[in-house]
Amino acid sequence: MAAEVSPLTLAYDVARVRRDFPILATHVNGHPLVYLDSAASSQRPLPVLRAVEDYETHSHANVHRGVHALSQAATAAFEGARERTRRFLNARSTREIIFVRGTTEAINLVAQSYARPRFGPGDEILITALEHHANIVPWQMVCEQTGCTLKVAPIDRRGELIYEAFLELLNRRTRLVAVAQVSNALGTVLPVQRIADAAHAQGAVVLVDGAQAVPHSRIDVRTLGADFYAFSGHKMYAPTGIGVLYGREELLAAMPPWQGGGEMIRTVSFEQTTYNELPWKFEAGTPNISGAVGLAAAMDYLETLGIEAVAAHESRLLTLATREVGRIPGIELIGTAREKASVLSFTLAGVHAHDLGTILDTEGIAVRTGHHCAMPVMTFFGIPATARASFGCYNTEEEVARLVAGLGRAREVFG
Amino acid sequence: MDLRELYRDVILDHNRQPRNFGRLEPGGAGGAGGELRHADGHNPLCGDRLTVYVRMSGERVEDIRFEGSGCAISTASASLMTEAVKGKDRAAIRRLFDAVHATLTHHDAEPGAALGKLAALSGVREFPARVKCATLSWHTLNAALEHGAASVSTE
Repeated sequence: MAAEVSPLTLAYDVARVRRDFPILATHVNGHPLVYLDSAASSQRPLPVLRAVEDYETHSHANVHRGVHALSQAATAAFEGARERTRRFLNARSTREIIFVRGTTEAINLVAQSYARPRFGPGDEILITALEHHANIVPWQMVCEQTGCTLKVAPIDRRGELIYEAFLELLNRRTRLVAVAQVSNALGTVLPVQRIADAAHAQGAVVLVDGAQAVPHSRIDVRTLGADFYAFSGHKMYAPTGIGVLYGREELLAAMPPWQGGGEMIRTVSFEQTTYNELPWKFEAGTPNISGAVGLAAAMDYLETLGIEAVAAHESRLLTLATREVGRIPGIELIGTAREKASVLSFTLAGVHAHDLGTILDTEGIAVRTGHHCAMPVMTFFGIPATARASFGCYNTEEEVARLVAGLGRAREVFG
Repeated sequence: MDLRELYRDVILDHNRQPRNFGRLEPGGAGGAGGELRHADGHNPLCGDRLTVYVRMSGERVEDIRFEGSGCAISTASASLMTEAVKGKDRAAIRRLFDAVHATLTHHDAEPGAALGKLAALSGVREFPARVKCATLSWHTLNAALEHGAASVSTE
């Protein structure tokens, strides 16, 4: 028997992983669902669903506010999730972990609370041409508000950052460098550690958009050299509406609060309000407590599977899909970086991405089609849109075969 | 859902070879001094972009062209629209759009004879996510007729 077990099964039991995700049993348009849109939002496993349900069923009250038993249970669960997140990122202190709605809110917080009060004319913010709109627009807003300038480091036809060009744009005027760790549109893995070292040498602080990286790689913010690190729960098997901003404590301590309200204060009078300490200074209002509980459960889940094993599994799928999809006549792969994570973006000659999305959907296959909130990337490649298949811990080789068959169907329809 | 209902031969043909594709230039060929108008349409969800040009002769659309890039549904719909509205006046075009819109959104709507080739779009109603693709060119034409030069978005 043992001889018949494939190396893949030995290394990683994807069938067992799939049983943790009840939604994967769904049928779409008469076909078993093939979910290839985890880069937009992943599905949630039972341990996450149960942790949220358990919290809502047994422990919910407002946090940090009551002496009663449930409030203490809720506070323990919420602050426990913060400690879980600290370990997940290898941050020094829970004071460095701010719960937010998601990556977008995290970046906006840094833009408005770190950059806006400090930057002015002559200062520069440096990003890359690969960024998601969430790592472009908040900086454009800061530029409008302060008179500072946005600089954009270019990419090449493979979708890789041109590192030398990045270095040329980096100088003493650069106050902040904001980069994705993994491109959402193309899957390119950026050399964040090198970028951070170079930025620090010029005295700039570094924000890393980790939204696409956290489900695929072990994150150590200290090794990475991130001064700020932003990510969302829902792309790493946790619920929507919860995300994290990590910030180095000395930076966060010197930043003014972003939003005012309850929770973020120590004392309030009409003459004078004093602010709460970190991290609550940045968490005005009642937070997403059950979301934080679900996020912590997702971190447990990922580490139980073994994040390296998950990444290796996804990498095998990506290699297979790159080969099999790439050999279909008319397919052009968009984004062929040497180091990629989990994303296969492509166009099919004569078939617009949006039509591809509809045709694949009738076969039960969910892919993202469009500009992926990265319109400058589409403009660079001279295309309006791509179809994007992205892989998670639960995808299989059979699903890659279904995708290939679905693309064949699209070619038939458009003859 | 039947893909052939959505991607009928007429749709695929107009997608591959859009009619009246290109721009209208001031005083250009076939244009004897009518009022030239244009409008841009954009569907941010899928990146479809098109520009509709019309040359008016009083209330009547004397000539019409479009250019841009989009999915098969939006391209074919624009192409079919240009054929259908050429020579018609504003009121007739408005009635036609109402009929097209009903066909795209109402399950029980019977495409009337007035629709002609535009009836090929009726399969879109089984695919609600694609209705915006089919109406983009019509909204853009409306903008051109109402405002002369404008930009519309389906979001």
